Amino acid sequence: MEIVMAFVIGFLFMAATYLMLSRSLLRIIIGTGLLSHGAHLLILTMGGLSGEAPPVLADGVEASQFADPLPQALILTAIVISFGVTAFILVLAYRAYQSLETDNTAMMKGSDDDA
Amino acid sequence: MNLIVAIFLPILAALFVPLLFKKVKQLHTGWFVLLIPLSLFFFYASFIQRVANGDIFSSTFHWVQSLQLSFISYIDGLSLLFSLLITGIGSLVVLYSIFYLDKSKEQLHNFYVYLLLFMSAMLGVVQSDNVITLYLFWELTSISSFLLIAYWFNRDASRFGALKSMMITVFGGLLMLGGFVLLSMMGDTYSIRELIAQAPQLAQHDYFTWALVLILFGAFTKSAQGPFYIWLPDAMEAPTPVSAYLHSATMVKAGIYLVARFTPIFAVSELWIWLVTGTGLFTLAWCSFFALKQTDLKGILAFSTVSQLGLIMALLGAGAMSYHVDGAVETVFKYAAFAAIFHLINHATFKGSLFMIVGIIDHETGTRDIQKLGGLMSLMPISFTVAMIGSLSMAGVPLFNGFLSKEMFLTAMLSIKEFGLFSFDTFGVLFPILAWVASVFTFAYSLYFVTHTFFGKYKPEQLPKKAHEAPIAMLVSPIVLAVLVVTIFFIPNVVATYFIKPAVLAIQPFLYSDVSQIDIHISAWHGFNKELWMTLGIFAVGTLLIVTLKKWQHVYDRVPAGFNKMYDAVMQFSDVGMNRLARLYMTGSNQTYLLYMLASFVVLVLGTLFTQGGFVFDASNVAPIRVYDIVLVAVLVCGTIIALVTKSRLTSIIGLGVVGYSVAMFFVLFNAPDLALTQLVIETISVALFLLCFYHLPKNSRTEKRMRFKLSRFAVSFGVGATVTIVAIAAQSQKMMTSISEYYKETVYSLAGGGNIVNVILVDYRGFDTLFEIAVLAIAGLGIFAMIKLRLGEGKEKKQIENK
Repeated sequence: MEIVMAFVIGFLFMAATYLMLSRSLLRIIIGTGLLSHGAHLLILTMGGLSGEAPPVLADGVEASQFADPLPQALILTAIVISFGVTAFILVLAYRAYQSLETDNTAMMKGSDDDA
Repeated sequence: MNLIVAIFLPILAALFVPLLFKKVKQLHTGWFVLLIPLSLFFFYASFIQRVANGDIFSSTFHWVQSLQLSFISYIDGLSLLFSLLITGIGSLVVLYSIFYLDKSKEQLHNFYVYLLLFMSAMLGVVQSDNVITLYLFWELTSISSFLLIAYWFNRDASRFGALKSMMITVFGGLLMLGGFVLLSMMGDTYSIRELIAQAPQLAQHDYFTWALVLILFGAFTKSAQGPFYIWLPDAMEAPTPVSAYLHSATMVKAGIYLVARFTPIFAVSELWIWLVTGTGLFTLAWCSFFALKQTDLKGILAFSTVSQLGLIMALLGAGAMSYHVDGAVETVFKYAAFAAIFHLINHATFKGSLFMIVGIIDHETGTRDIQKLGGLMSLMPISFTVAMIGSLSMAGVPLFNGFLSKEMFLTAMLSIKEFGLFSFDTFGVLFPILAWVASVFTFAYSLYFVTHTFFGKYKPEQLPKKAHEAPIAMLVSPIVLAVLVVTIFFIPNVVATYFIKPAVLAIQPFLYSDVSQIDIHISAWHGFNKELWMTLGIFAVGTLLIVTLKKWQHVYDRVPAGFNKMYDAVMQFSDVGMNRLARLYMTGSNQTYLLYMLASFVVLVLGTLFTQGGFVFDASNVAPIRVYDIVLVAVLVCGTIIALVTKSRLTSIIGLGVVGYSVAMFFVLFNAPDLALTQLVIETISVALFLLCFYHLPKNSRTEKRMRFKLSRFAVSFGVGATVTIVAIAAQSQKMMTSISEYYKETVYSLAGGGNIVNVILVDYRGFDTLFEIAVLAIAGLGIFAMIKLRLGEGKEKKQIENK
């Protein structure tokens, strides 16, 4: 399964980069969203997918059967942080829209004499 | 310690100059400044007798002891001679400048601060024993010279000249620093004396040639040798006292000093002899030829200075040959270093006086253009006499000191072909010929200088001012120097005993162990030998050249000024070409920069992976593939494709939502309940936010277009995806050690008292992460709030748009 996931993650990264290379702000932000999904899945996959039970103590479950809890904790932190950042850049893009009346990054270039 | 204080005395005095200029209006500030070089001159003069006996003085001030950086002032024959030149001519120049610069019209405090700064720097250069402080003072001379050249900073030519000299000398200075660093690495010391002591071992070192070439770069740029002479003629925009002081007597001799000082280390090398002698002779011939082209008096003197410096340089190179000759003390090569120092003294005296005379002519007639001048002999008799003495000495005519050193120069050049090593026996024949031709031109431009200024017809209608003799006080300095020129001719052996021999001992310590062993006697009359006939030939051909000057001077129009063009082209390229180059890759577009970054990421990661043999495929350790997984993978890929290809922004947001929810499902399948919960909630909020931000925008600002397919984008993103996949597979296939999670699993209840291992890790084992993740959320929230509420620039922006 890890090998399949590696290809899925690679596909997510590819789609994310392709979107981030576009000129539309919305597509760039969607790209970052896909990129963080890819990264989260990558952490999970690299931790190993062979766990048989969630990492919560329960009767009749051996310690060796738990999924690895450490990557999960790392991903949880990463999800929250990427959410904070995504929310911030979304609002930033919204403000950029309002002020500049465009979502095309090619139109957002400053001129040389901008202070 | 007082030697160190003496070096820094001018800088300390410079602190008070502005105060004196502002407070004491009646008296010219120069009078106060004059005290400094004068007292220093007498201070150094007190060493003459003892140094001539072979004594050496030194004192040390520790600066950064842990790095072995110290100011070490070291007085031997060579540094004492230079120190006396610097302070002696410095006093005369300050005296001269008092009458040259007007105290009410000029910014005198600037002038004297720069000049004192320069004096300290120059004393530091010639007395430093530590290469790093030598470099420090070296750059200080470049900077103060830069400031002095651009003293009249509202003139374009001054600023151009200052920049040019700065670029060239600092370029050489930096290379020289590289040479110094290599040299001190080779010898494991910064001290020049200690480096000289281990000279034979240094020659075996790998860095030896590098250090040699780099240090010569410094010396050649500073002393205007070879192609680097071009800055000096442009530096003539400086006030004349500056030209007299810096660009004839002192700073341009810093390179000479450097070559002389390092001769004991590098003389063993063939390259050194060829470079120093060859460059010197080339400069001598080339610039003496071009001096006749100049119409500006200071231009003539600038080219003359450069060519005379080339002469001294060539002699120093020939002096290094004595290292290779058995019984050198008996051969003629010992003369070379002696003649170099002798000519150095002579040049400082006559060139200083000539510059001052040019300044006087400029001051009294209003022009330095040789085509407008003429017939000044009867109007300015004293200036004429001094100029005559200086020029004849420069031309190498008997009764003046230049004759003696020119004779020794010819002797040295004639004997070069006897030097059997390094193929000098074949090329050696060229040297006396080049030297002779250069001497002919030297004679010619010396006469040209005097005759076209003082002889001929007086042309008052072309002069801005009515010409008359300068005030006698202004003439004092040139007269003193002219008297020296004549005096040295009659007492050359006194000068030799007190100044030249101790200096030669410093240049050729491998030849002599004591001053008394140098048994060179200068005499004005050698009998009828080759040198005499050469000199007579110089006089004859030189006179012929000057008489027929008008007929052949148009030759110069056809000779291109190649080196200046090269400098301009380099400057033009760095200015315009580099700008264009930067504009080529700095497009200002995010896409381009992202392309650079991602492409380099792909190349670097894949390159490292495959060149280091890091790729391994091993599928033995993987989890089984289940049906749910495959279905979910299909859903996720579909969502991604929707987000990629759709035209509508709404659909692409939904596509992203699909991906987010399927990631949550993956979390469910792979036994991560907390992650799944969080992912579901956050994906919902994110999608809502996306919709809020982008769905409620006014229609007219939307660009609802399908993304255009671009191969470069696709190639780079495919590369990124492939790289991530390959790295993931390689990492999965070679796990180095087991996870530390066993510890968490075993102790989660016993130590932390919780059952949910992920939650316990988040708030107990690794609680700090959580704390700062909370901080991130708080900052994001505050930032969003501020962005929406705070609109300071709004009004201004609207106005700007209206203006457009």
